[in-house]
Amino acid sequence: MKRRDSLKALSLTGFGLAVGPTEAAVPAPPDVKPLKIPGGRQKFEAERDAKLMAEKFFTPHELQTVTVLSDIIIPADERSGSASQAGVPAFIEFMMKDQPRNQTPMRGGIRWLDNTCTKRYGKQFVQCTKAQQIDMVEQIAYPALAKPDMTQGASFFTLMRNLTASGFFTSQIGIKDLGYVGNTPNQWNGVPDDVLKQYGLAYEERELNPGK
Amino acid sequence: MDPFQIQKPPTQFDVAIVGSGAGGGMAAYTLAKAGAKVVLLEAGGYYDPADPKYITQLKWPWESPRRGAGTTRAFGDFDAAWGGWDIEGEPYTTAKGTEFHWFRSRMLGGRTNHWGRISLRFGPDDFRRKSMTGVGQDWPIGYDDLKPFYDRVDRLIGVFGSVENFPNEPDGIFLPAPKPRLHELMIRKGARSIGIPVIPSRLSMLTKPINDERGSCFYCAQCGRGCQAYADFSSSSVLVKPAMKTGNVTLINGAMVREVITDPATGLCTGVSYVDTQTLQEVTIKAKSVVLAASAGETARLLLNSKSSRFPTGLANSSGVVGKYINDSTGASRSAFVPALMDRKRYNEDGVGGMHVFTPWWLDNKKLDFPRGYHIEYWGGMGMPAYGFGWGVEALNGMIAARDGSKKPGGGYGAGLKDDYRRFYGAYVGMAGRGEPVPLESNYCEIDPNVVDKYGIPVLRFNYKWSDYEVKQAKHMQDTFEEIIHSMGGIALGEKPGADNSYGLEAPGKIIHEVGTSRMGNDPKTSALNKFQQAHDVKNLFVVDAAAFPSQGDKNVTWTILASSMRTSEYLIDQVKKKNI
Ligand SMILES: Cc1cc2nc3c(=O)[nH]c(=O)nc-3n(C[C@H](O)[C@H](O)[C@H](O)COP(=O)(O)OP(=O)(O)OC[C@H]3O[C@@H](n4cnc5c(N)ncnc54)[C@H](O)[C@@H]3O)c2cc1C
Ligand code: SF4
Repeated sequence: MKRRDSLKALSLTGFGLAVGPTEAAVPAPPDVKPLKIPGGRQKFEAERDAKLMAEKFFTPHELQTVTVLSDIIIPADERSGSASQAGVPAFIEFMMKDQPRNQTPMRGGIRWLDNTCTKRYGKQFVQCTKAQQIDMVEQIAYPALAKPDMTQGASFFTLMRNLTASGFFTSQIGIKDLGYVGNTPNQWNGVPDDVLKQYGLAYEERELNPGK
Repeated sequence: MDPFQIQKPPTQFDVAIVGSGAGGGMAAYTLAKAGAKVVLLEAGGYYDPADPKYITQLKWPWESPRRGAGTTRAFGDFDAAWGGWDIEGEPYTTAKGTEFHWFRSRMLGGRTNHWGRISLRFGPDDFRRKSMTGVGQDWPIGYDDLKPFYDRVDRLIGVFGSVENFPNEPDGIFLPAPKPRLHELMIRKGARSIGIPVIPSRLSMLTKPINDERGSCFYCAQCGRGCQAYADFSSSSVLVKPAMKTGNVTLINGAMVREVITDPATGLCTGVSYVDTQTLQEVTIKAKSVVLAASAGETARLLLNSKSSRFPTGLANSSGVVGKYINDSTGASRSAFVPALMDRKRYNEDGVGGMHVFTPWWLDNKKLDFPRGYHIEYWGGMGMPAYGFGWGVEALNGMIAARDGSKKPGGGYGAGLKDDYRRFYGAYVGMAGRGEPVPLESNYCEIDPNVVDKYGIPVLRFNYKWSDYEVKQAKHMQDTFEEIIHSMGGIALGEKPGADNSYGLEAPGKIIHEVGTSRMGNDPKTSALNKFQQAHDVKNLFVVDAAAFPSQGDKNVTWTILASSMRTSEYLIDQVKKKNI
């Protein structure tokens, strides 16, 4: 039932005078294209996801900062690509909108970083040389060692590290790097023999010969 | 169409069942198989884990934009629960100074679609704790009354486990248990070395097929997402669907029952009225008997909301106990890092969707300063990464030397950090105690005088505080966890919870085993239901969820809901045959 029809129905049930002006004040709903609900999603979730995807949180400068930082945290190496190659910045952008409590620590943290870099090197973080960027990161990468004027930066960097790791190791590249080989139909027959041997462990008789 | 029109379908059903979770599914199955014409009213939508519309099983974290984070689903984006701690438009409240968390699922099968499938029988002592300790309440029945039903539930639904012959952990009719994973073997070895038993877990997943309708487990570790092969137990797939095949069940989804209707002259129930959650129409259903299975909280809410001049304090509540004695399992946990598990060889150890081993209660409370026991659940291993992976590494990697033996401060960045994540993967374990509380009259839920939900139905207000018994039990859990962790060479993570935070005792409700809100007993003055879970005051009204349970044992409750729902349903059939109702 459309909103207008239900209001009409209300008037019929005798709510009387108030209905006229209220009805006039309610604009007809805009014609929205029906959303395709992906498998395994509830309607409200699909709508929410679509809305969040259409929004933007980071400015281009912020996104660039997040990209540089995430690649400092997880660089490419002989085994796999870097955070940005695994799509981490886009994941962080989405998480800002999905869990808005992260927005202020993230946005403010980037500001803190730029202010501190401007004081130290005369430039915002992304404009600094690689050596300056690393010099800055060294000040905030070890929370227990951070100097009193660096502790807010250390909190921000911890947030960045955690989001970067989560984003990287849940990507296709990251899961391959990690060597997770499950999520597929299989038979579980216990820990491989060589691994049991390595750890000096063994199954019990009844586990090896069930039903006996 | 007038949305406020009251519709009255002419049909009269033999039985109206409210709720399709563990209790309601079993009642529908048992009654329909016996030929009763059943209407099954479920507030939530239709759900089938094998329909692509609903499937989340075998999806990868990157298929979720939040990588599986629990933003809209408490247990993660892929979890099968529709609902959670908070449901839009369906609030509940707590009295000042008390705390309660209420997990509700609004879907066919209720919370059995994504439960942990830990399927334990209560033991003989769990029915008589008051006699044994002087506190709490005995059941009006004993283990022998339920044993035949447990046996039939085991055969009908399927549960794996091992025969152990422990006095208070009755063995069932078990399918083969999966072998322990590596960290579980380490836990077992460590715990046993300090006298703590570790035995195969007892979960309702089919390690072998039991019939043609359900497949067998293919070890994806994702039962919480719902199984396409129907190899795990959920009420929707395993009970409701076969019940519907009898042709005797009318399932109505989106039916939020508002109250049970009674005849003022006879005092018997005549049916229920519900709100259609889509159209918001009010509908009345007529039935010769009413069976409540809306979950312990909702069942109490329904009874208390079903007030009439004949039943001014709510239905089945002449004793005044409805809502009282609500109790949830206790819970506390600790996790650890196991250096020996660093740099592990990779292989698929997903296993079933849950632990392969657990610790049943092993001590004698007579020798302890708290009156009830707990069991321990374990986790760990090389699971599928999800949102939160690697979180908090800064608290750990400063303690662990790199491959070249060098140490660096906690935190960091770059190639060394990236390598730390790889090395630490699969080297964590965790454990959680799940214990029995003492049910207290001072813990209760009631109707909030000021608040209604979006359907206009008055909501529940909870009043719940742990007592000293539970806090002392949690302290014992924490001591035990550290002993187990040390016995296996692990490093316990975080501060050990202490007196200042009640030893990490989770807030009431958090373990999602609430029971006791319309307890059964022999005395109509102190109980709402008789020993067949039939209302003392209204003989054609039955409760088949955990609202009926006087206590909860140190076991998870669902297997007992299933067994007692089967028992009550058969009693109902028998009473109809004898023309007593
Ligand atoms: C994450 C999780 C893990 C768990 N793990 C375990 C475990 O390992 N072992 C164990 O034993 N237990 C476990 N539990 C608890 C278990 O799920 C419950 O004990 C069990 O589902 C209770 O069954 P029930 O029939 O009482 O209620 P539910 O399963 O909650 O079903 C009640 C149904 O009634 C419907 N309903 C409610 N109100 C109304 C109304 N007014 N009108 C119409 N319909 C209504 C609901 O929509 C719901 O579908 C777990 C629960 C959760 C959430
Ligand atoms: S672990 Fe087994 S029973 Fe559970 S969802 Fe996977 S295949 Fe199904």
